Amino acid sequence: MTSAATTSILPRRGGFFGALSDAFWRRPKLLLFLMLTPPLLWLGIIYIGSLLALLLQSFFSVDEFSGLINYEFTLATYAELLRPANFDIILRTVIMAAAVTLFSAAIGFPIAYYAARYAKGKWKAIFYLGIMLPLWSSYLVKIYAWKLILAKEGILTWIFAKLHLLWLLDGILALPVIGGNSLSISYIGTFLVFVYIWLPYMILPTQAALERVPGNLLEASSDLGATPRQTFRTVLLPLALPGIIAGSIFTFSLTLGDYIIPQIIGSSRLFIGQAVYSQQGTAGNVPLAAAFSVVPIVIMAIYLWIAKRQGAFDAL
Amino acid sequence: MRSDRGHRAPLVLKIAAGAGLLFLHLPILLIFVYAFTTEEKSYQWPPPGFTTQWFAVTWNRPDVWQALGLSVQVATIATAIALLLGTLCAAAVSQTKFFGREAISLLVILPIALPGIITGIALRSAFSLFDIPFSVWTIILGHATFCVVVVYNNAVARFRRTSGSLIEASMDLGADGFQTFRHVVLPNIGTALLAGGMLAFALSFDEVIVTTFTGGQQSTLPIWMLEELIRPRQRPVTNVVAMVVVLVTFLPILAAYYLTRDGDQVAGSGK
Repeated sequence: MTSAATTSILPRRGGFFGALSDAFWRRPKLLLFLMLTPPLLWLGIIYIGSLLALLLQSFFSVDEFSGLINYEFTLATYAELLRPANFDIILRTVIMAAAVTLFSAAIGFPIAYYAARYAKGKWKAIFYLGIMLPLWSSYLVKIYAWKLILAKEGILTWIFAKLHLLWLLDGILALPVIGGNSLSISYIGTFLVFVYIWLPYMILPTQAALERVPGNLLEASSDLGATPRQTFRTVLLPLALPGIIAGSIFTFSLTLGDYIIPQIIGSSRLFIGQAVYSQQGTAGNVPLAAAFSVVPIVIMAIYLWIAKRQGAFDAL
Repeated sequence: MRSDRGHRAPLVLKIAAGAGLLFLHLPILLIFVYAFTTEEKSYQWPPPGFTTQWFAVTWNRPDVWQALGLSVQVATIATAIALLLGTLCAAAVSQTKFFGREAISLLVILPIALPGIITGIALRSAFSLFDIPFSVWTIILGHATFCVVVVYNNAVARFRRTSGSLIEASMDLGADGFQTFRHVVLPNIGTALLAGGMLAFALSFDEVIVTTFTGGQQSTLPIWMLEELIRPRQRPVTNVVAMVVVLVTFLPILAAYYLTRDGDQVAGSGK
C-alpha cells in the first residue's frame, strides 16, 4: 500500500476479488441484491409457492363417486367444513386451544413474575435455563414422558393410591365428555400435555413484559393506599397484558395445528390437525385437507389482528 | 432502576413459581428412571427392578442407528443451508434500509409462526404437484425452511449490537470487502452464528410434524420414536432412546446459552 501514502484516491484493486469488492463498494444495491436473492428465492419459491399451491387445492373438490379430484373452481369443499361432523372438529380444537391458553397464562404468570422481579444472579440463570431446557428438549420425548405418567399403571395413579384418593381419580374419570377409561385416553390427559408442552412459550413473553414494569410504579400504587390485590389488578396486570397476549399467540396457534399430541394421548375424537392428516393420507381428499388447514390460518390471522391492536407485538 | 431490591417474594409466589418449575422438569426426570426399569410390557410405577441391560440391547439395534444417522445427516445439511440463508438475510436486513424490509422479516418468521402441519402439508402438496419423489432431500428442504429463522434471529440480534462504524473503519484502513468480512464481521458475529447453528441443529434433529409429510420410507429418529409411541414394539428400547435424546439435546442448548448470554436473546421468540 505504498501508493496510499502518496495519493488520497486509491488505485483500483487488482484481481477478481479486488474488482468484485470495488464493485460492491460502488454499488451497494448490487451487494444487497446478491445477499437477498438466495434466501428470498428459497423462501419465496419453496415456501410461499407451496402455501399457494395448498390454497389453490382447497378450491377444488373431490368427486364423491370416483374419488378423483375435480380441477374446477368451487366453494363446495369449504361448505363441507360446515357439516356437523367437520364443524365439531373445528369447535373442539378451538375450545381446547382457548382452555390451554387460559390455563398456561394462569400457571405461567407466577413463574414469569418471580423470574422477572425477584430472581437475581445465579437464580436468574437457573430460572432462564429452567424454562429454556424444557422448551428445547425433544417434543416427542416430552409426550412420551406424559404417556408414562398418565398410564393406568403409571406414577399418577400410584400417587393417588398412596394418598388414598383413588375415589377422587375415579370420580374425575367418570365425568362426562372430559373423562374416560384412563387419563391417557381422556381430554384431561390431552389438555395436561398441551399445557405442559406449550407452557414455556407463555412464560417467556410474559416475563419479558414484566421485566419492563418499573418497580416504583408498584410502590407508588401501594403508597397511594392500594391493597396488593388492587395493585395487581389495576397496575401490574394491564402492563403485563401485552406479554400475556404475545404468549397466547404461541399457545393458541400451536394447539390449533398440533396433531401428534391428541393422536398419542387422548380420545379417538379428532382435532383439526388429525383431520388434515387423515384427509390427505388415508382418505385421499386433498382439497378437504387443504380447506381444513386454511381454518387455523384464518383463525390466527384474526387473532393476530386483535393482538396487534392490543400492542402485543412490542412485547415479543 | 428498580427500587425494590431489598424486598422478599411473598411465600405464595415462591411456592407457585417453584411448583411451576417442578412441573416443567419432573416429567423429563422420570424418563431417566424408566430407562433402567426391568419391566418390559407396561409403564408400571414404581419400577419392579433396575437394570442396565437395555442399553446394550439398544446399542445392537440397527434400526436405531439408521434413524440416528439419517437425523444427523439431515440436521447437518439443513443447518448449513440455514446458516447461509439466515446470515445473508440478517446482514441485508440489519445493515441497509430498503423497501419491503418488514415483509422479509415476516417471510422468514412465517414458516415457524404457522402451525407445522400447514408447512408440512403445503410442501407435500407442492411435491405431489410437481411429481417430486420423497427422499432425504425433500426432508432437508422442509427442515432448512424453518431453520432459517433461528439463525436469522440470532444473527440479527448480534448485527444490531455490532456498530457499523467498525466496518467503515476497516474499509477506510484499506481492507477490501472480503478482508473486512473475514477479519471484522465474522469474528463479531461468529458466536451468534454458532449459537444459531446449534439451535437450528437441535430444532431439525427434533422435528417430527413437517417430517411426517415430507419423508417417504426414510425414518429420522423422531419418526422412529413416533412409530414406537403409536405401536410400541420394545418399550425398554424406546425408554433408553428417549433418555439419550434428552441428554443429546441439552448439550447444544447449554452451549448456545453460554455463547450468547451477554445480553443476546437465545431465539427467545420460540421454536
